[in-house]
Amino acid sequence: MNNFSQIFRDGMWKSNVAFVQLLGLCPLLAVTNTVINGLGLGLATTLTLISSNVVVSMVRNFIRPEIRIPVFVLVIASVVTAIELAMNAWFHDMYKILGIFIPLIVTNCAIIARAESFASKNNVARSFADGLFMGLGFTCVLILLGALREGLGFGTLFQQAHLMFGEAARGLQITLISDYQGFLLAILPPGAFFGLGLLIAGKNIIDKRREAKQQVMASAAVAEATK
Amino acid sequence: MQLLKNMTQSAIVLGLFAVIGTGLVADIFDQTKQRIADNERASVLRNLHQLIPPDRHDNDLFNDTTTIYDARLGTNQAITVYRARIKAKPVAAIIGAIAPDGYSGAIKLLVAINYNGTLAGVRVVQHKETPGLGDRVDIERSSWILGFNGKSLNNPTENKWRVKRDGGVFDQLTGATITPRAIVKAVRNSLIYFNQHRDRLFDTVDPKDKNE
Repeated sequence: MNNFSQIFRDGMWKSNVAFVQLLGLCPLLAVTNTVINGLGLGLATTLTLISSNVVVSMVRNFIRPEIRIPVFVLVIASVVTAIELAMNAWFHDMYKILGIFIPLIVTNCAIIARAESFASKNNVARSFADGLFMGLGFTCVLILLGALREGLGFGTLFQQAHLMFGEAARGLQITLISDYQGFLLAILPPGAFFGLGLLIAGKNIIDKRREAKQQVMASAAVAEATK
Repeated sequence: MQLLKNMTQSAIVLGLFAVIGTGLVADIFDQTKQRIADNERASVLRNLHQLIPPDRHDNDLFNDTTTIYDARLGTNQAITVYRARIKAKPVAAIIGAIAPDGYSGAIKLLVAINYNGTLAGVRVVQHKETPGLGDRVDIERSSWILGFNGKSLNNPTENKWRVKRDGGVFDQLTGATITPRAIVKAVRNSLIYFNQHRDRLFDTVDPKDKNE
């Protein structure tokens, strides 16, 4: 059980795909101009990660090491194509916005990296958990960055929610500042770089604080013990 | 010998994966094909119905089309024209014109022209204009595009078919003149084309079939 909480912590924080491994930045930077776009791509990526991790883990004992990379590529490409078709069928408007970035999930290095470094060495359950939490960790960053950019750029949150959740979700849109003129830089690609940089810096600050706290506590414990 | 055996084994496994993967994708493609086609049709119809509401036509707007070629419409490629009719009488044509000179490349439009030559409306269906500036030509962002409603080739007159900065009657957008200018030009070109070819546009015989 301890193992799974380790996988959870790795995926969501310690080795977060976007914050720490810095993988998959191309789609991350390109689609995060709104929360909903980020959420859409995040979920599609998570689904891909889970499916490819599970399949890779299932076949890991039959594959000779020399051909494992081509096999992984085949698995990932099939999974992504299947997801792309399904999205086009059931989330057509979303699919039109995310467009090219859905097939490009294939090129997200995070997916083959997890297949190679985790799924090919672990059992199906653990690989599933790894895919799920790595994907969710990535999704969280997409949503956070989307919220930052949409809030600054348009002064709203959850605009165009109907693309994902149907017409009823139009009301989900939150206007933070009414009559907002918009801050163009946040929506344009450079805004994505600034945003991600700030978020990573924020994570590092939190990590540093934690570390310092732990050190203080550890030295206090040592002092206590030597008394 | 061992090496050969390993190689064959690998080749078979790899081949197997290719077959299974392709099979899976083919199966899903087959199962979603109809749904995707329906989605695309619904999405096109939703755009068309913004311009020509369902009560203004009784024909199959999606399939009653003709293709035209004219460089003035912004491209050398085929352009689709949707035709609205009531009891087989022409009501309006929707031309998929292109404004080739937007700020960031071509802007795809739908220009709906009533049979009498007035504009039923214009919509931008695809563009890469700057968010917050040029993208206000999109109906989702501002009502600028509605300024074309009811206009025709002679209303306003030729030298007024421009944005205000160029001495015309159409508003420009703050911080973006190039985008509106490109669209005004493309809409006017569509009107010119319509006036010259009106009856051929509504011809039910496809020009391609005529030659055969």
